[in-house]
Amino acid sequence: MVELRAKTPCEGLLPLSVGEVSLTEELPVSLSMVTARAGRVEACSDLLKSAHGMAMPKPNRATGTTEARAVWFGRDQVMLVGPAPSWSLKNEATLVDQSDAWAVVKLEGAGAEEVLARLVPIDLRGATFKRGHTARTMLGHMTVSITRVGEQAFQIMAFRSMAKTLVHDLQRAMESLAARG
Amino acid sequence: MRVAGKGCVDRSKPVSFTFDGRRVQGFAGDTVASALLANDIKLVARSFKYHRPRGVMGAGSEEANALVTVGRGAHQEPNVRATMQEIYDGLEVRSQNRWPSLDVDLLAVNDLAAPFLGAGFYYKTFMWPKAFWERVYEPVIRRSAGLGSLSREHNADLYEKAFAFCDVLVIGAGPAGLMAALTAARAGADVLLADEDSTLGGRLNGECEDIDGIAAAEWAADMVAELASLPNVRLMPRTTVTGAYDHGTYGALERISHHLSDASGRPLECFWRIVAKRTILCAGAIERPIAFRNNDRPGIMSAAAVRTYVNRYGVAPGRAVTVFTNNDDGHRTARDLKACGVHVTAVLDSRNDGPSGQGYPVIYGAEVCDAGGRKALESVTYRTVSGEEKLGTDCLAVSGGWNPAVHLTCHMNGRPEWRDDIQSFGPVEGMVPGLTTAGACNGTFSTLGALQEGADKANDAVQALGFKSIDAEVPAAEDAPYNMAPLWAVAGRGRAWLDFQNDVTVKDVKQAAKENFRSVEHMKRYTTQGMAPDQGKTSSMGALAVLADATGRGIPETGTTTFRPPFVPVSIAALGAGAQGIGFAPERLTTSHEASVTNGAPMIEAGLWYRPSYYPKADETKWRQSCDREVQMVRNAVGVCDVSTLGKIDIQGPDAAVLLDFVYTNTFSTLKVGKVRYGLMLREDGTVMDDGTTARLGEDHFVMTTTTAAAGPVMRHLEYVHQCLRPELDVSMVSVTEQWAQFAVAGPESREMLAGIVGEEIDTETFPFMGCGEITVGGVRGRLFRISFSGEHAYEIAVPARYGKSLYQALVQRAEALGGGAYGMEALNVLRIEKGFITHSEIHGRTTAFDIGLERMVSAKKDCIGKTMSERPGLYGDEREQLVGLKPVGPVKQLTAGAHLFEVDAEPVRENEQGYTTSVGFSPTFESFLGLAFLRNGRARHGEQVMMVDHLRGVTTRCEVCDPVFFDSDGGRMRG
Repeated sequence: MVELRAKTPCEGLLPLSVGEVSLTEELPVSLSMVTARAGRVEACSDLLKSAHGMAMPKPNRATGTTEARAVWFGRDQVMLVGPAPSWSLKNEATLVDQSDAWAVVKLEGAGAEEVLARLVPIDLRGATFKRGHTARTMLGHMTVSITRVGEQAFQIMAFRSMAKTLVHDLQRAMESLAARG
Repeated sequence: MRVAGKGCVDRSKPVSFTFDGRRVQGFAGDTVASALLANDIKLVARSFKYHRPRGVMGAGSEEANALVTVGRGAHQEPNVRATMQEIYDGLEVRSQNRWPSLDVDLLAVNDLAAPFLGAGFYYKTFMWPKAFWERVYEPVIRRSAGLGSLSREHNADLYEKAFAFCDVLVIGAGPAGLMAALTAARAGADVLLADEDSTLGGRLNGECEDIDGIAAAEWAADMVAELASLPNVRLMPRTTVTGAYDHGTYGALERISHHLSDASGRPLECFWRIVAKRTILCAGAIERPIAFRNNDRPGIMSAAAVRTYVNRYGVAPGRAVTVFTNNDDGHRTARDLKACGVHVTAVLDSRNDGPSGQGYPVIYGAEVCDAGGRKALESVTYRTVSGEEKLGTDCLAVSGGWNPAVHLTCHMNGRPEWRDDIQSFGPVEGMVPGLTTAGACNGTFSTLGALQEGADKANDAVQALGFKSIDAEVPAAEDAPYNMAPLWAVAGRGRAWLDFQNDVTVKDVKQAAKENFRSVEHMKRYTTQGMAPDQGKTSSMGALAVLADATGRGIPETGTTTFRPPFVPVSIAALGAGAQGIGFAPERLTTSHEASVTNGAPMIEAGLWYRPSYYPKADETKWRQSCDREVQMVRNAVGVCDVSTLGKIDIQGPDAAVLLDFVYTNTFSTLKVGKVRYGLMLREDGTVMDDGTTARLGEDHFVMTTTTAAAGPVMRHLEYVHQCLRPELDVSMVSVTEQWAQFAVAGPESREMLAGIVGEEIDTETFPFMGCGEITVGGVRGRLFRISFSGEHAYEIAVPARYGKSLYQALVQRAEALGGGAYGMEALNVLRIEKGFITHSEIHGRTTAFDIGLERMVSAKKDCIGKTMSERPGLYGDEREQLVGLKPVGPVKQLTAGAHLFEVDAEPVRENEQGYTTSVGFSPTFESFLGLAFLRNGRARHGEQVMMVDHLRGVTTRCEVCDPVFFDSDGGRMRG
């Protein structure tokens, strides 16, 4: 019999702190892709609300809180970040376990926006990309999901296999921002 | 020469740097150009073609002469404008394009040959013999003509790229720009103000005038301080906006640490992409020279630049300065010089009327017709109605009027419009959507006019964005009219320079016209005018005026050449910041990556993934030894290989099977739960797109695997099919490639090996060939698939990725105990070639199901994507090249991939080509090279012999054509 040891996507890479910005790995209990069944978005939203306390977010939005967050990911599709999904969701949605598929990191601190401005081609200014806004976009050459989770905090999700590049690119941006003083 | 008490340089902070090894003293705030002039160093460069001595001409980014090399070794940067480079202690500056030294440049002999070196000289002269161009002429020309050179070392500097967004982008921080930025900011807009200078203020820093009762430079500093205090304003000094692009996007180059002796981790430059809702261009204007004989002598400068040196840097560029002007601005230069005690020899005004001298002589109706002194100006000769006179002088300040810097407005293919009032081209509103112009770049040359226009345009912009405009108070300022009488070139003998940077003279332009290169675009290319790094900033207007005159047309009819980005040279390193070396692409690493690297496996790229080639043992010196061992290990015992990189797509929903039947050529709706089926997918044009296995985990639940390369494209294809072709299907598709770490366990011992790892019983009943199901590994839920890409009894075992590393180590350890171990891509390739299994080497985008012998997989009972198109004539039949196996049968035993096939006696030329090899490998099982190839009508030719000819590697091998399945053709080992 073998005993399997779990490794997190950013093990040995994080945490990291440069200047006033920190980068830490987030370890939600579960990540689930929730895809509403055809034509059942509203019903799915109701179930999500009763089971986890948040409605199905509209495109480019995230709902919920740090403990349980629903992040828009695609057409009629959200990523449930945090709790293991309630089985009741299966009545209106397809659930696919993604707990091991994504590296989830949090970039936080004064200057977090400036760090991302070095890598992300979209407008992340506080006035346009507010708390609860999310985007599937590019970070360097990687496709990522970015959600503003606080005044100065972003949740970033990238493919697990790219965790090293994700940390490398963010670290580089953090360092060159910090060097400017 | 320094002027006591003038300028904004910090005289309490001396700074020293070297120029061509010589120590030069300046002050904090100096540029290389101002410090050189302060030290009376007039000769700073040699010209491009004739190696003429050249000095500083301007004071900004338009500088055409004073290009220098900064730094040494890997940090060496050529063609830096001395007028833009701020000095710091230890800065190393060198002159360029001279040999052996700036002072004694032997290549100046070119200047003597000038009569032969005019426009078109190269084209006409170096025509023959043909072979000489590459071997003789070009190397010689390249050696003698040119600018600075690269170090040829790897670029060690750090660069950065960044994105910025704003409501209003203001380009240029002169009077118009400052006023526009402040107005927009006060109205509440998010403002970004970029200026290429280190100190914001534009010409206000170089002029001696008052705004609101205080010195203009001081007023500008106050404005900048106020702007800096506003939270909605971002100031970007040392930032040149280089181009205007679609949707309000602008490129900008920020020079971050060029001016610092110790960058302390700062990048050298940052290339910005700025997206603005509205843009106000306040780029100012560029003073134009006047062409006359020998007007390129060191000491002949722009009159405005002379004012900048005096007023901003406290430097008099000469001890006895003469002014040559066709407008009132020249008089300002004389006035400012006079005010600080510099001797003004005379103002030579080409007009017959003009302001009168204030303590200096003014000669009206005078045109400078020659300049003397080779390495420094010694005299000028001017002509009036009463004849020619010579004047001793060491600096000539020239003003030929002003050209609005309309460059950015033209970047989206707009053409500027001729304006009679300013005798120049001005911008046309709307040439770049969302961009408007204010101040001198709009032809408004007075300070008051610029301030007013900046405020007005900013109010327009903010109003358009839904902000309330504000009542901007415009301070009192200079408001002189622009009095100018055009003078482009002074008639006379000798060479008069238009383009200083590319050595183009009035004569060259006239020659072009004479040879019928009359279009301005043709003239430009024939003479190379405007094609140097400065892109003709100071020369284009003069050149086209001369061309207009030579062709008997007006200037508006002659038109301008095309203004293209970038406005100033941009280093490739800045554009590609972050992409050097491994930064070029993200690295995708499997969970077993570390273990493979630890075991010495060379990693090869597969798309973005890194996969192990082979695992060398201590005694193995060649990769083939490792590969052969690993193949035999799999055939005789058991091998382990990470196959997580293959695409895995989770497909669920009541219509999942319908979707699969539609995208795959074969049927999946009939697949039983707990079974796996091989599937083939076609593109819409009927050629093969991808292949792979799909497992049915539940009635409405499938997991499709794709090849590593096609994981993305297949996902995209499925999305396309679902969204566009079959939107009625209730199905969800989610990539689970990253979720699962999956390992192939292959070989006769595979079942026994897994018995110690998997919690459940594995036998022919629970996991028959092509069976699949859930399992547990050390309490972790995983999946097991009995599939084989090696032809052996094999499995693929999958666990959530967090356990991947751990499981891989356990698998390899256990395999080694059974006489097996890890195998890499090389062995995997040989194993599949022995079995005749295809990869994208075979399904390379031009082959059909028929070609690879799988036409029976295209179900006759249903339709699928690509089916009809694959039935087009020409896509099947005897004429097609079909998949075959190849075995060497002659004396040469080597096969190579990409080689071509010919009949045994045919000449190996293109016309006789019969096919080509796609995959080859040495099979230790057969002790022979084996190959897969496409051969015309190949399936009917098994047993025949062909010649494999690799023209590139020089290999010719006689081969026997055979079935592509070399090993275990009935599949007994795989199924058993």
